[in-house]
Amino acid sequence: MKRALCFAKRNLKEMVRDPLSLFFGIAFPILLLVLLSIINGSIPEEAHMDLFEMQKLAPGIGVFSLSFIALFAALLISKDRGSSFLLRLYTSPMTGSNFILGYLLPFLPMAAAQMIVCFGAAVILGLPLSGNLLLCIAVSLPITVVNIAIGLICGTCLSEKAVGGVCGALLTNLSAWLSGIWFSLDLIGGAFRTVAYVLPFANAVDACRAAMDGRYADILGTLWIVCAWAVGLLTVAIVIYTQKMKQK
Amino acid sequence: MNAIETNNLTKYFGAVAAVDRLNLTVREGELFALLGVNGAGKTTTIKLLSGLLRPTDGTARVLGYDLKSELPEIKQRIAVSPQETAVAPNLTVRENMELIADIYGGDRGRVLTMLEELGLKKVEICRAKTLSGGWQRRLSIAMALVSDPKLLFLDEPTLGLDVLARRELWKVIAGLKGKVTVILTTHYLEEAEALANRVGVMGGGSLKICGTPQELMEAAGTDRFEDAFIRLAGGEMP
Ligand SMILES: Nc1ncnc2c1ncn2[C@@H]1O[C@H](COP(=O)(O)OP(=O)(O)O)[C@@H](O)[C@H]1O
Ligand SMILES: [Mg+2]
Repeated sequence: MKRALCFAKRNLKEMVRDPLSLFFGIAFPILLLVLLSIINGSIPEEAHMDLFEMQKLAPGIGVFSLSFIALFAALLISKDRGSSFLLRLYTSPMTGSNFILGYLLPFLPMAAAQMIVCFGAAVILGLPLSGNLLLCIAVSLPITVVNIAIGLICGTCLSEKAVGGVCGALLTNLSAWLSGIWFSLDLIGGAFRTVAYVLPFANAVDACRAAMDGRYADILGTLWIVCAWAVGLLTVAIVIYTQKMKQK
Repeated sequence: MNAIETNNLTKYFGAVAAVDRLNLTVREGELFALLGVNGAGKTTTIKLLSGLLRPTDGTARVLGYDLKSELPEIKQRIAVSPQETAVAPNLTVRENMELIADIYGGDRGRVLTMLEELGLKKVEICRAKTLSGGWQRRLSIAMALVSDPKLLFLDEPTLGLDVLARRELWKVIAGLKGKVTVILTTHYLEEAEALANRVGVMGGGSLKICGTPQELMEAAGTDRFEDAFIRLAGGEMP
């Protein structure tokens, strides 16, 4: 356990010292928030368009920004695999669970920090401060685990270059389009909506919005789907990592 | 006790025997050079002996422990500095050392000692990725030493370095003599000749001959180490 924590500490440092993670994790969501609140200000009230109101926007962008966690995790792991650093650690007394925990843990505080910064910016932009914000951060834990697991899987299987494409471009687009942040999924309906609600992203956004609005009874109705994805993907990630580690 | 004893150690990759019935003995306390051209099987041998790869056949004892059944005991007592530089790029020199010290559960007091002994004190707060190739190698070796290993594997420690950096690193490696058993792989003849107590010439995955540089030259009937190598390895030059 002590070994896992030492390794986690290293991974956290490795991430926060990378300007890429600070930009996409912290600066980019704030930029989006500011931009969309300006757009929202210019939408006439008669349009009855509430999607970009801070109350809905902040949880959406918060959850969206967490998909970059997958990119950070995948980049970290694929870089470690590409260099001999991981090889060196494989000759040390570290065990498989030391590695997995060490790769998993640092992204939890990172995700919390991203949510806090995002909500902080939202409060400055007019979101009322309330205890529901804390609940929102707690509700974002399962989708964080989903993203970490995706990162673990991609980082273990793909090269550093491929990771940029799959996690950086593909996944973030997928999570953006299928999340209901930028347009209402109910308006589109059909197969698109069905697929979106099978996947975890839109469910996570809805759960977070319910928490934000104080509709506590509505949280679990969608959150359980995210939790199921989190457990499933994490299991897959652990199996794949353990298998790959044996082949080294 | 011998630091390493292998008995027909063999590793196949598909149909290719990277290590082929290797019988190698390394004595405790010596600096042993495993010399051979690219593809001779040096790195695979190190990977086998450090538990990164499972042998296809054969057995080995490392520091008296059985490679198959007592690997955790071995891992706690060995250290490997891999062929490519293996450092955490965004950690400082000092943090890299502390990470390894923590992983082995040893005392951090050795971090300072090793920083000083390897001349890394003046760059201790530099991020590893900002160091030159030679200094990264030096850090890589320091990281291997920080856990106070009984047995140290250095895989091509000076590969790709310029002449000056290589000579600097030689001094560091020569300074390890007598303190820790070192297995060093190289395809530079002068490196093996300058540093090693004994040299094993590897070719095609097995040991062609083994002895002090002097003994190898006598066996080949020449007074130049390079000629001895060519005759004994029986292969083309690196
Ligand atoms: N992971 C691997 N898969 C397939 N073949 C390999 C692998 N690693 C090494 N080999 C082959 O095994 C032989 C020995 O390689 P290696 O031990 O790296 O030699 P050296 O370190 O002496 O240059 C080479 O022919 C190499 O191509
Ligand atoms: Mg090699």
